[in-house]
Amino acid sequence: MDIRAQVSMVFHLDKCIGCHTCSIACKNIWTDRKGTEYMWWNNVETKPGTGYPTTWEDQDKYKGGWVKDGDRLRLRLQGRTEGLGNIFFNPNLPTIDDYYEPWTYQYDELFNAPEGDDQPTARPISLITGKPMDIEAGPNWDDDLGGSPIYASNDVNLEKLTEHEREQLNEVERLVFFYLPRICNHCLNPSCVAACPSGAIYKRGEDGIVLISQEKCRAWRMCVSGCPYKKTYYNWATGKSEKCILCYPRLETGQAPACFHSCVGRIRYLGLLLYDADRIQETALADEADLVMAQRRIIQDPFDPLVIHAAKANGITDQQIAAAQNSPSYKFVKKWGIALPLHPEFRTLPMLFYVPPMLPVLGKMKDGIYDSSAVEGMGQMLNSLEKARIPVRYMASLFSAGNEEIIREVYRKNIAVRLFKRAQRVKDISAAEAQEALEIGKTTAEEAEAIFNLTSLPTMEERFVIPAFAREEAIEQSLDPYTHKPAAGFGYREAPARRW
Amino acid sequence: MSNTFLWAVFPYIAVALCVFGGLYRYFHDRFSFSSQSSQFLENRMAFWGSTMWHYAIILILIPHVLGFLVPGAWAALIADQTRLYVMEVTGLALAVMATLGLAILIVRRLSNARAQSVTSVMDWVLLGALGLQVVMGFWIAFFYRWGSEWYLHTSVPWLVSLVNFNPQIQYVTAMPLPVKIHMLNAFVILALFPFTRLVHIVTLPLPYLFRPYQVVIWNRKRNVPYDAPTGVASIGPDVPYLRRG
Repeated sequence: MDIRAQVSMVFHLDKCIGCHTCSIACKNIWTDRKGTEYMWWNNVETKPGTGYPTTWEDQDKYKGGWVKDGDRLRLRLQGRTEGLGNIFFNPNLPTIDDYYEPWTYQYDELFNAPEGDDQPTARPISLITGKPMDIEAGPNWDDDLGGSPIYASNDVNLEKLTEHEREQLNEVERLVFFYLPRICNHCLNPSCVAACPSGAIYKRGEDGIVLISQEKCRAWRMCVSGCPYKKTYYNWATGKSEKCILCYPRLETGQAPACFHSCVGRIRYLGLLLYDADRIQETALADEADLVMAQRRIIQDPFDPLVIHAAKANGITDQQIAAAQNSPSYKFVKKWGIALPLHPEFRTLPMLFYVPPMLPVLGKMKDGIYDSSAVEGMGQMLNSLEKARIPVRYMASLFSAGNEEIIREVYRKNIAVRLFKRAQRVKDISAAEAQEALEIGKTTAEEAEAIFNLTSLPTMEERFVIPAFAREEAIEQSLDPYTHKPAAGFGYREAPARRW
Repeated sequence: MSNTFLWAVFPYIAVALCVFGGLYRYFHDRFSFSSQSSQFLENRMAFWGSTMWHYAIILILIPHVLGFLVPGAWAALIADQTRLYVMEVTGLALAVMATLGLAILIVRRLSNARAQSVTSVMDWVLLGALGLQVVMGFWIAFFYRWGSEWYLHTSVPWLVSLVNFNPQIQYVTAMPLPVKIHMLNAFVILALFPFTRLVHIVTLPLPYLFRPYQVVIWNRKRNVPYDAPTGVASIGPDVPYLRRG
């Protein structure tokens, strides 16, 4: 048993209102520099939709993640020797057009235009070439199903649906969408790390944050191709790859990452998980239908004395163990089992989990009429999942590698919590019916109460349980400061610019 | 005098610039120690240009270096007429390929606005020097046949004399102008090495073939040494100021 700590995130999609405040908070702090304008370390996608970069989930096109090859894992991208062979030209690199060409406007023309009959206009100019350009795509070009005949209908996850189901999604009465905020998953088995020829990408041992060393990066861009979530980005101006750093400077000072802190819907939770690093390989090799369960199994019980002992032997501090015991991620992912990884079939063991959104549960039933009588019997409400506007199969394609039973279990439990609270507060449901719902949802009154509390009423301290972190540049932890001081002088910072 | 400078002094200056300039840049500006790829901005021409250029120029450089390092073995190799023909024809074909690849790369940086925006002055200097070099190389291969043979008796003895710090410039001073340009320009390119994107040659990531897939770095010392049954390597403690370079 090799117990390690991992910062893990939970996004509660039911609460996401798609306001993009997280994206803006991140952009203002990290990616407003030249070469990073097109990057959105945090982005919010509309589902169904093609996402950013366009159709990123299509690994036949982008070749990200791992493939199970017998009892071995191999990168879908390439073998090691093949990787060196592709070093002069990366055949699976998305280009700027797969994202969008960043632009600004010539605002000064609004003031400097000569007097005339027409209103002056501010022309869009490219932030790459500085020349006027036609805007053909942008971040969230398909926000809220905009242009859905082109975008939403090309969602890779729709391939799993029947023709009939896909047609229904296009009916105006049945239109439905939800938001999917995405950041780096800080995976346990990251394929960006494995794909990097320079060894520049690494996972921090203490908390599992995945970082790219800007000094070691040599711009081979294999991480961009290797990451199935397309969450490493190539900075074309500095010739370095960059990615979400989970705001480690904020975490190290006890603050939540900017996108978490600024989240208007308070959908984001952050906490520590303890996991067994010896089982990474076997977990990543699980059968497709078992991937979600395998990922739950690798997460260890932070109250188990054996786990605590092994964690301490590995140098995990008492504060970290306490944080893991109090972790909202542990509750959502393992204890309650209602948060699921995004596309576990990529086999990178992502450490960002999603509570799937409560869909408009009811779709059109027959003859174009919503049959509201189905809601009255609570058993029927729970079983109406099959008639949900977005088919369960679609959610299974996103969150459980196709295992629909896991999705149903999550939904039954979430519906049970709602019925239980409705019986308490609105009182139009009998206690017996609420009890029946709890049984179908395989939960209890106490658990439902706890889920309700952490979902609806959590304080900042309950949403973000941040232990004392090992600082990225804290020299005390590896070297005597008095030895270090004369060797290093003041600071290490250099401008990330190319002078040659 | 000028002959002495060109053939007996300049090569040493060029090599010194290459070695010490390269070391200086490696230790003091490792951030920029790479080629700044623009494939992300322009994909199509980059494929044809970069692939053709790199593979052709590497295959051309190998015999150049072999003839210098092991002239005896090289002479034995081309002693057979058929092998000499094969060598010459292959060389000529590769020269065409390299010239074509480089031409595509030059046209790409001239014609594509996005590629232009990440092209520096030194990139143009380097492209000019490399262009001159491959065109001259092709010229020599075409008009001064059997270079794989006479190279051993002209340039190689001169290069060996340079290595021995006893420059014998008479081996090369009587050579035709294109050959002279080719030889001198080779040293110009060496001198340009630390000041251009050429530094990426020495960053070939061979350790990738042998390292574990996963890289884990611990900021503090771990209490327990960790063997890597899962293919997870522990490197560290990684001291920040050593990592900085």
